[in-house]
Amino acid sequence: MKKLLKYVIVDIVQNKIVLIYTALLLVISLSVFNLENNAAKGLLSLLNIILIIVPLICIIFSTIYIYNSSEFIELLVSQPLKRRTIWLSLFSGLSLSLCLAFFIGAGIPILLYNADATGFMMIAMGLFLTVVFVSIAMLAAGLTRDKAKGIGLSILLWLYFSLIFDALVLFFLFQFQDYPLENIMVILSFLNPIDLSRIQILLQMDISALMGYTGAVFRDFFGNNTGILLSFLGLFIWIVFPLMISLKMFKRKDL
Amino acid sequence: MIVAKNITKKFGKLKALDDVSVTFSKGECIALLGPNGCGKTTLIKSLLGMVVPDSGAIHFNNELITNKWMYRSQVGYMPQIGRYPENMTIAHVIDMMKDIRKGIDKDPDEELVKSFGLKDILQKKMRTLSGGTTQKVSAALAFMFRPDVLILDEPTAGLDPISSEKLKQKIIKEKEKGKLVLITSHILSELDDLITEVFYMQEGKLLFHKKLSALKEETGEEKLSKAIAKIMFQQEEVAV
Repeated sequence: MKKLLKYVIVDIVQNKIVLIYTALLLVISLSVFNLENNAAKGLLSLLNIILIIVPLICIIFSTIYIYNSSEFIELLVSQPLKRRTIWLSLFSGLSLSLCLAFFIGAGIPILLYNADATGFMMIAMGLFLTVVFVSIAMLAAGLTRDKAKGIGLSILLWLYFSLIFDALVLFFLFQFQDYPLENIMVILSFLNPIDLSRIQILLQMDISALMGYTGAVFRDFFGNNTGILLSFLGLFIWIVFPLMISLKMFKRKDL
Repeated sequence: MIVAKNITKKFGKLKALDDVSVTFSKGECIALLGPNGCGKTTLIKSLLGMVVPDSGAIHFNNELITNKWMYRSQVGYMPQIGRYPENMTIAHVIDMMKDIRKGIDKDPDEELVKSFGLKDILQKKMRTLSGGTTQKVSAALAFMFRPDVLILDEPTAGLDPISSEKLKQKIIKEKEKGKLVLITSHILSELDDLITEVFYMQEGKLLFHKKLSALKEETGEEKLSKAIAKIMFQQEEVAV
């Protein structure tokens, strides 16, 4: 697996899109920190950008990369290699190189300007989101052979996680506003990795008071070490679950 | 060496392979023939484990190949259209293949790399290569690890006459070492001095699997192309 991983990473790191992604993140984070006098404010602006850009680039780049390597995968499958090794090498290669891009583009500026617990949490969440969306991309690419359909599906998934899910939750909240929904909200937030990361970072920023009673419930649940551990576990499941399904599909796939 | 029993594979409604049973033995050079879309490539890919048959079993050296991967170290495969990571150079691709097989095969056979003149363009990136040059890389890789079985899918398509001849000489050389060679090709004239057996498929079914000499005797033709043409003609007459 290590052998293959090396070649996948070398291939991805040379890819111009990854270099542009790194530069884009670097420009955004440096300008955000320099525009605001207050580093905490800068971090808040950066949060919203990261929660949109990181999942978008990761899911679309990974999907396209997998489709573009279909002939390469075909070549590898005809070699004495386990299919599991090939698929996991692709996943690890994509995750590692995109994590590296995120760390250089956003992680280093955050460490330079705001190296406290909030900053660390933000880097951790950015890295988690990167891997989660690579994993979801592997699933999207495994579901259909058609490249256009696959990319469409991954855009839809991104739209779902960053906009539609929240809209649905809001709709649900307004429909049932007479009932106490705070605990259900905690459960619902586990259904979306982006929400999970957002809540963790906001809690670290200590502005949960702005979120009203639900914020207090969140604080109560996620604010302590058990809560942090649980949300990490939630994100971990978001990585493993789509990956395992896609691996199962890949093992049976006709190339 | 390779025994396949009752393989059936459907793609949607289309039956790509319909209850095909076959035995390929060592030292033979077998031509897989048949019209476009008759299931030749699907059969090859089933042997390589790239396509998983719906039913039936394939044995390689008496071992079932389902979910196995080590047996592929004894197979050299040259795909119809080989495509490689665009950013890699030829040298990288060759190194990678050696790396993948490290500990399994020693002393790679670089004869084709030399005779195709790939040595001078090792630093070229794969995306800048012409179709023919890519085909040469595929061929060089298929022969590199001295496999017992060679599976060549349209090996000479896109190669210039000189390279095509070099490849043919190499195939003959390997065949004489007692290896099993499977070739698909539509250019029957160049198969004449290569093959020993003919495997003819039509619409996913095996039509016949005969020795070349027997085939020539039956049809009374000297050339493979004429013999095949005669058989196809007879087929049509029966159908009418």
